[in-house]
Amino acid sequence: MIRLTEVGKEYPRSGVALAHVSFQVRKGEFVFLTGPSGSGKTTILKLLYMDDRPTHGEVWINGVSSKTASGSEITRLRRRIGIVFQDFRLLEDRSAEANVRFALEVTGSPKATIRSKVTRVLTQVGLASKATSFPREMSGGEQQRVAIARALVNDPFVLIADEPTGNLDERATRGVFQLLRDINASGTAVIMATHDLDLVRRSNYRTIELNHGRIVFDSAETPGTPPPPFDEEAPVPETPTSPADAI
Amino acid sequence: MRSAREALTASQRSPLLSALGVITIAFSLFAFGLFGLVAINIRRALEQVEERVEVRAFLSDSADIENVAAAMKDVGAFPEVLRVDYVSKEAALERARKEMGEFADVFEAGVLPASIEVHLRPGMRSPTTVKSVADRIKTYHFVDDVRYGEEWVEKLYRLRNIATVAGIALGVAFAAVAVIIIGATIRMTVLARAKEISIMRLVGATDMFIRMPFLIDGLLKGVSGGLLALLLVWITNRVINEYFIETIFFDREMMFLGVIGGAMMGVLGSLVSVGRHLRRV
Repeated sequence: MIRLTEVGKEYPRSGVALAHVSFQVRKGEFVFLTGPSGSGKTTILKLLYMDDRPTHGEVWINGVSSKTASGSEITRLRRRIGIVFQDFRLLEDRSAEANVRFALEVTGSPKATIRSKVTRVLTQVGLASKATSFPREMSGGEQQRVAIARALVNDPFVLIADEPTGNLDERATRGVFQLLRDINASGTAVIMATHDLDLVRRSNYRTIELNHGRIVFDSAETPGTPPPPFDEEAPVPETPTSPADAI
Repeated sequence: MRSAREALTASQRSPLLSALGVITIAFSLFAFGLFGLVAINIRRALEQVEERVEVRAFLSDSADIENVAAAMKDVGAFPEVLRVDYVSKEAALERARKEMGEFADVFEAGVLPASIEVHLRPGMRSPTTVKSVADRIKTYHFVDDVRYGEEWVEKLYRLRNIATVAGIALGVAFAAVAVIIIGATIRMTVLARAKEISIMRLVGATDMFIRMPFLIDGLLKGVSGGLLALLLVWITNRVINEYFIETIFFDREMMFLGVIGGAMMGVLGSLVSVGRHLRRV
């Protein structure tokens, strides 16, 4: 479903962001991407929703290759991916329901089905009663739930979440994480970048740890091993990690 | 339909920004319009002067009237010639006396020769054309002298060329400034909705879908700005007519073209601004 092969990404100013990154994600899998700031987590996610293209290697996602994807293929692909950010990215001048509806309207969904779909996802994230509330009237956790509802409304095969709990208190974090688990349990793959090692340790999901743009640990390769606590000052590994095989 | 609704909703959400956009477009087109007004009035003045370009052939006293009539017919058939008039000695004297006013009595009958006046067609009044017509008329044996104000025609023609080149250069400069200002105005709208655009892209809206409301917004602002600019130019023209000099205003086609031009600039400005933004996000 998702495959990265020897992926590298270099930026003209900041240099190497990713090097020799290879892994696969299967249908319905839950994967944590961990690592210190600047380790390449967000870059990988951007490559997955093709907001950027790799400098080396190839990203395959749902049959679309980063080497050949056209603009319209990327547009179609994004309709099948849900994306959630740390800063929610909600439209402040619209209600929760309008924010979710927006994702359907701009992708040309039939009008007749929009209402029922919006109600369904708002109920799924536990916000049916807050449909008419505006983002400023909601807590951080609730706003993130609206963002998740918006990501879910097009029935994605994978939910990509970039630090979704980064702006939330512990209680809201638990609630949002449980929601992501439920979504995963219903068959949607989840790839979640996070700093929160407690969250990673409390669950039994696959963990890929990055440092200086390289994979330094993948629990799929050493099942049962907990990920090492990462260090912000960790040195760059001398040799690239060998590409991980699909599990 | 959705795009039009989206464009109107966006205007309603930020009425101040929209009004500012329309006013900015109106003022940049107003400057362009004023320049246009000056240009058409200068052109009109030059045309009026040019209409007076003529070739005058003075006839010898012995000229046979039948030969002259035949020559007038020939000359009238030249492609450059609009009209040929015969001015008899008496008519020439009459005219000279009228033009000289209080010195009218210095002329005596028979002093001034008869002549034929050759008027040229519009667009056929360049120095070379005038000279070529004059040279051909000179070949008639009964023509004593041919005058066409050689120096004057050349100066007028040079002035017209300078006015045309300056007009085109200034017109292009004004239009470029208008396009840049309109582009910057629409860019403000694009930036104000940058978050919305980034979300649209993330959820899989097509670029065309994102662009369309901005293009309609640019079109509406261009048309509104164009109409407002036209009104301002019209008021200015009325004031100039009332208190300074008599001027002409744009005809209906020109006004229509002006508003269409505003609309095109609006659409072009939107296309460039949104295109640049989409390439960057």
